[in-house]
Amino acid sequence: MAAIDELHKPGKISGESATERTARVQAAAFRIRHHALTMGEVQGQGYVGQALGAADMFAAVYADQLRFRAENPEWEERDRFLLSTGHYAIGHYAALAEAGIIPVKELETYGSDNSRLPMSGMSTYTPGMEISGGSLGHGLSIAVGAALGLRYQGSAARVYNFLSDGELDEGSTWEAAMGAHHHQLGNLTAMVDINALQADGKTDTVLRTEPVTEKWEAFGWYTQRVDGNDVGALLAAFDNAAAQAAAVGRPSVILCDTKVGRGVPLLEDREKAHFMRIEEHEWQICREQLSAGYERKPER
Amino acid sequence: MSTATTPKLKTSAMIASFADPGQKTMSAPFGHALVKAAQENDKIVGLTADLGKYTDMHIFAQAFPERFFQMGMAEQLLFGAAAGLAETGLVPFASTYSVFAARRAYDFLCLDAAEPNLNVNIVGGLPGLTTGYGPSHQATEDMAIFRGMPNLTIVDPCDSLDIEQAVPQLAASEGPTYLRLLRGNVPTVLDEYDYKFELGKAKVLRGGRDVVFISSGLMTMRALQAAEALAAHHVDVAVVHAPTIKPFDAATVLAELNTDRLAVTLENHSVVGGLFETVASAVVTAGLGKRVVPVALPDEFLDAGALPTLHERYGLSVQRIVAKVLAELA
Repeated sequence: MAAIDELHKPGKISGESATERTARVQAAAFRIRHHALTMGEVQGQGYVGQALGAADMFAAVYADQLRFRAENPEWEERDRFLLSTGHYAIGHYAALAEAGIIPVKELETYGSDNSRLPMSGMSTYTPGMEISGGSLGHGLSIAVGAALGLRYQGSAARVYNFLSDGELDEGSTWEAAMGAHHHQLGNLTAMVDINALQADGKTDTVLRTEPVTEKWEAFGWYTQRVDGNDVGALLAAFDNAAAQAAAVGRPSVILCDTKVGRGVPLLEDREKAHFMRIEEHEWQICREQLSAGYERKPER
Repeated sequence: MSTATTPKLKTSAMIASFADPGQKTMSAPFGHALVKAAQENDKIVGLTADLGKYTDMHIFAQAFPERFFQMGMAEQLLFGAAAGLAETGLVPFASTYSVFAARRAYDFLCLDAAEPNLNVNIVGGLPGLTTGYGPSHQATEDMAIFRGMPNLTIVDPCDSLDIEQAVPQLAASEGPTYLRLLRGNVPTVLDEYDYKFELGKAKVLRGGRDVVFISSGLMTMRALQAAEALAAHHVDVAVVHAPTIKPFDAATVLAELNTDRLAVTLENHSVVGGLFETVASAVVTAGLGKRVVPVALPDEFLDAGALPTLHERYGLSVQRIVAKVLAELA
């Protein structure tokens, strides 16, 4: 694991090969998944599938992209990571623990009374949580304001907004997409988790959002679509966005196709559900499958 | 009243002036007050949703183009972005019409600005019945909607002086605020009284033995005019101006209500959920067995038409106030 102070720097660590960089982020993703299972077991159910699916996105951000100070989450020059999809807090808390912003031990309090880690993420509860998401379709609008505010104040900090494909149903997401393009917010990057699943079923049966890539392109964004569970592809997308979009004042979006339950075959193969029920005896199986899969990876 | 020489009253512009003919007015008091506040506080920024010219925000935009952000006709973005600006330490004033702020963007204001208690200042044009365009533009229930939002301060100013003095106080107060904007040529009324706007305070503008008016917004102007008119009927009326609806200065108001005088509330808002119910709940909470008579808009979708016609129709005119008080005293 990279030292915490190295984690503060975005992009690759100097002297690190591309393979080493990918392996470092994959290791972070593995620990984030492990943390998510720990939290899931506390509740016995919940948004474990989404956290596992998005773990590589969280890892790419927290282990590679974001500038922050773990000991001072309010550091003024930090990059902002705005979690719009409030119920993905389980994945975000795991990433905050991985980043050293909250203690790993605290994850066991997830969703319990008096915990700083409520089921739906709120800025007023958790260090490092920038906004109160959960009412879906808010994050990108707030991100537009934050990006405008930072730029006006001469800050070099960047704004990252994590949203889900379900949030593409919300008109406000597209108001914000227009606003970001109009105001030429090159300091804004959106990441859309496309797991093709919403509360009432598969996205294409709830409200068709495709063609997603063409929509973002039409709204003027620098648009890339990648396998969101391919860490190498995610890192390359961030590098492309930095090189192609930021300097010319274009907001960038990385559309990430992910698999619910990724890394745990038992859950990958289970009938997909927004709110997944996992039996008591299955948690240990999940952990073992996660570790076995991680150790099997050919690049290690 | 109607004669061949009386000009036909028309709906006219979207924002009709409610200033009386010949009344002293000030142009765009909000815009000028915001410019002044921004000269002293470089954290203040302005934004609007395609209604800069109609909310006097254009004055600020002209003075500080680099501190003004046009968000387009997108109210959810407007207030989400205002929260984002506040997250970075800025003090945004975001303007649109009250109907769009209260009805369309509520969720964004509630969760993005109020829950984290950010210094987001909502500036709502056309509060209550200040346009003849009908229910799409008449925010007759804006205070009812907003009063339920925790952390939100609500200010209903009477005139240009109130607005000028309120703006820097809204900027200085920590959490989110909602200003019921009066724009264009706004009457100047309160300079005739020993009065200063203080956020969170109600003020006794004049004393009176027979009746006590508790009023907010432009209805304080009407309350003062009605008090003068009632003097001719030998009715002595006190007027208490309560421009901060939330948090409400119950102590000042209850001290004035706890007498044998006829108590009347006057507001440019629905009888549901505004000043009347704020006063009524304070009265009940304090255990006062006091009757309170509301002058307020009915719980209805109102007609379109000319503003003077509508104010007369729905009871906000001086004439209707005087008649109501005399009937109560009869």
